Amino acid sequence: MTTDPEPVEDFRARARAWLRDNLPAAPADAGKTDTEEAWDRARQVQRILFDGGFAGICFPKAYGGLGLTSAHQAAFTEESLPYEMPVILNVPTLAICAATLLDLGTEEQKREHLPRVLRGEEIMVQFLSEPSGGSDLAGLTTRAVRDGDRWLLNGSKIWSSGAYAADYGLCLARTNWEVPKHRGLTLFLVPVRAEGVTVQRIRQVTGSTEFCQEFFDDVALPEEAVIGAVDGGWQAASRLLFHERAALGGTSPYTSGARPHLGGDVDRLVALARAGGHWHDPRVREDIGEARAMNVVRDQLIDHITGAVTHGDLPASAGAITRLFSAETAWTQADTAVRIAGSTAATHHPGDPVDTAEVGTDYLFRAAWSLAGGSTEMARNVISERVLGMPREQVADKDVPFNQVPRGRTGG
Amino acid sequence: MTVDLSPEQRLFRDTTREFLAGTVPVEKVRALADSAAGFERAWWRRAARLGWTAPMADERSGGGSIPGNPTTDLTLVAEQLGAACAPGPFVTVSAALSGLTCSPDHCGDVIGAVVAGEALISWALYEPGRGLDVLARGGSAADVPLTGTIAAPHAGGYRLTGVKDRVEAADQADLFLVTALGPAGTVQLLVPADTPGVTVSPGWTLDLVRRTGRVSFDEVLLPESAVVHSGAAAVAAVRRQLHTAAVLTAAESVGATGRAMEATVGWLRDRYTFGRPLASYQALKHRMADNKTWLEAARATTYAAAKLVDAGDPGADEAVSVAKSYVGAKTPVIVQDCVQLHGGIGVTWEHDLHLYLRRVTYGRALYGTPEEHRRHITDLIDRAA
Repeated sequence: MTTDPEPVEDFRARARAWLRDNLPAAPADAGKTDTEEAWDRARQVQRILFDGGFAGICFPKAYGGLGLTSAHQAAFTEESLPYEMPVILNVPTLAICAATLLDLGTEEQKREHLPRVLRGEEIMVQFLSEPSGGSDLAGLTTRAVRDGDRWLLNGSKIWSSGAYAADYGLCLARTNWEVPKHRGLTLFLVPVRAEGVTVQRIRQVTGSTEFCQEFFDDVALPEEAVIGAVDGGWQAASRLLFHERAALGGTSPYTSGARPHLGGDVDRLVALARAGGHWHDPRVREDIGEARAMNVVRDQLIDHITGAVTHGDLPASAGAITRLFSAETAWTQADTAVRIAGSTAATHHPGDPVDTAEVGTDYLFRAAWSLAGGSTEMARNVISERVLGMPREQVADKDVPFNQVPRGRTGG
Repeated sequence: MTVDLSPEQRLFRDTTREFLAGTVPVEKVRALADSAAGFERAWWRRAARLGWTAPMADERSGGGSIPGNPTTDLTLVAEQLGAACAPGPFVTVSAALSGLTCSPDHCGDVIGAVVAGEALISWALYEPGRGLDVLARGGSAADVPLTGTIAAPHAGGYRLTGVKDRVEAADQADLFLVTALGPAGTVQLLVPADTPGVTVSPGWTLDLVRRTGRVSFDEVLLPESAVVHSGAAAVAAVRRQLHTAAVLTAAESVGATGRAMEATVGWLRDRYTFGRPLASYQALKHRMADNKTWLEAARATTYAAAKLVDAGDPGADEAVSVAKSYVGAKTPVIVQDCVQLHGGIGVTWEHDLHLYLRRVTYGRALYGTPEEHRRHITDLIDRAA
């Protein structure tokens, strides 16, 4: 016997009232997200959500969630937009790491970790990319060897966002060097504060220290740290990547709350045009119209691809199309801002009407949008191969035992 | 393809595609290129019976669409027309009908004849030396368009003077829907092609089978009943016509580009060089990935605009300009790359690629260029501020 879930509109009405009575208004600007304070605050707010009965809307009740549908989550997210929400916990903690644990974890692992995640007591990150490479994920060299009834982890990971504030990292390591690369990997749940783990923050060109590099020196892990099967890590990692694509594509049911989407977000371009006296320049007006159009088309494309994949008109790998288009949209924004800022693109004085320092700094970070979450080059491989059916790349390491695969000098 | 089509819409699309494949395969399109009209009136009557003219008209004139979504229905037809590089006055007839149906009863007979495929109507909008700015507002009066075609009151009716160009199917049209400047601002008049003072001179058009021409109105005397709308109603009708023409033109470009891409994927797979297929070269794979991405985006934005137009959504005006600017800018780029990927044969008359390139280039130029539509998007931002 099952009881029907609460109707979505009733849930929405309850959520609206609860949010009004329990959460403060959303801050005017996002503020710095690469501080300990930001993460501590997110944990607090997540706890408030949990205590109020609104955490883990799509997570099973057995693990502290509500066991409801994505329609309920969507309703809650809509109602939550005016309020402060712990959005930095969405990706990767909830939508990628917890989601993967839900898919692949043992009952003990799920009961141990998921309720704590939903209470804001555990923050999770991914340890995937390495200094020796990110695109060739299966070619990683961080290694775990058996030592009695435990594993010893050695190596290094990089580009982990928020690792300095995390409790656990889902870490992909090599456990078998004698088989081809995909067959010798294992996914481990690594406590970030374990002995032997060093987290180093990386300073980006923008000054942000969101990203980290981690070093593992004989980090001891119990048997229970293995997620999925030993040497079955590639399948586990594929699950992580699947959830990552869903999260970045806006289709994850596990994210709650959202950064307010600033509509066309060409306000800054308009301000730049006015400040520079270019508001009546037809070319500037064309550039702004084009930038606005790109933003609108991007949202339309996401809907179109999501629908096409759901209906089977396009394969699931068509998510790479939206990934590629998102990068192009971001480039357009950065490039157009620099073009409209004109001769002020590289300078700023306090009191200037528009923050041209932000224009220049954003331009420095332009390539981040075509690299983070998978490079646009790899996206083009996926689109051409899996959507258009063109031949796969010829590779030099297919079926080669990993210990015989050539590696470069940088970091490998 | 678009994903939330009803079974009726899918059937309509598939029937259209089959009709085109059966009646205007590429060989026939090439043959029609040498004809004066570019299409056959009998074929157009058959097309009308298939339902191509019905969606925009209301029931009392013999029309009616699959419930509620005339623009989307016509967009489905247009995508197939573009894929086939088909002939015919579909876009201008659809645009004119979308304006006529916002008018008082006396257009009912005209609408009926057009829906039946018996009468051809064409929208006379552009003027020599002017772009879409012919619709811009001039002077201090919000309703005074910059058009130089004047309808002056005369003997209880009007005297129409001016020259219109880029008029589709000009020498086949039985009627012109003329956008002009009257005493109360914008005015649209129905002018039979055989009215004294109307002179049609065919022009050259890049597309093989679409024809355009110049229509001059030399003090053409018209009765009061020739006015279809005036003032604010005319402004609204013109906007509606432009939305229809822009979305359908974008849809044709999407269809044509889709065919060009299919042909190119096949070509790259079958053509070998240095011992392996062209399709195995990463540089070419990556370009095709970009082309595919832009094509899907073009398709997405075209159908999204059609949906908003059907819903009468206030965001439709921006969405139409977003779609037309994006599709107009990108589809020629994609098809040019398809040409390049074919090597030398891509620029031969014998290969079909130029049919698609002609269609998408025509689609870029008419009913708002990317630049014109991008400026309009910014104008909307300006007005909202």
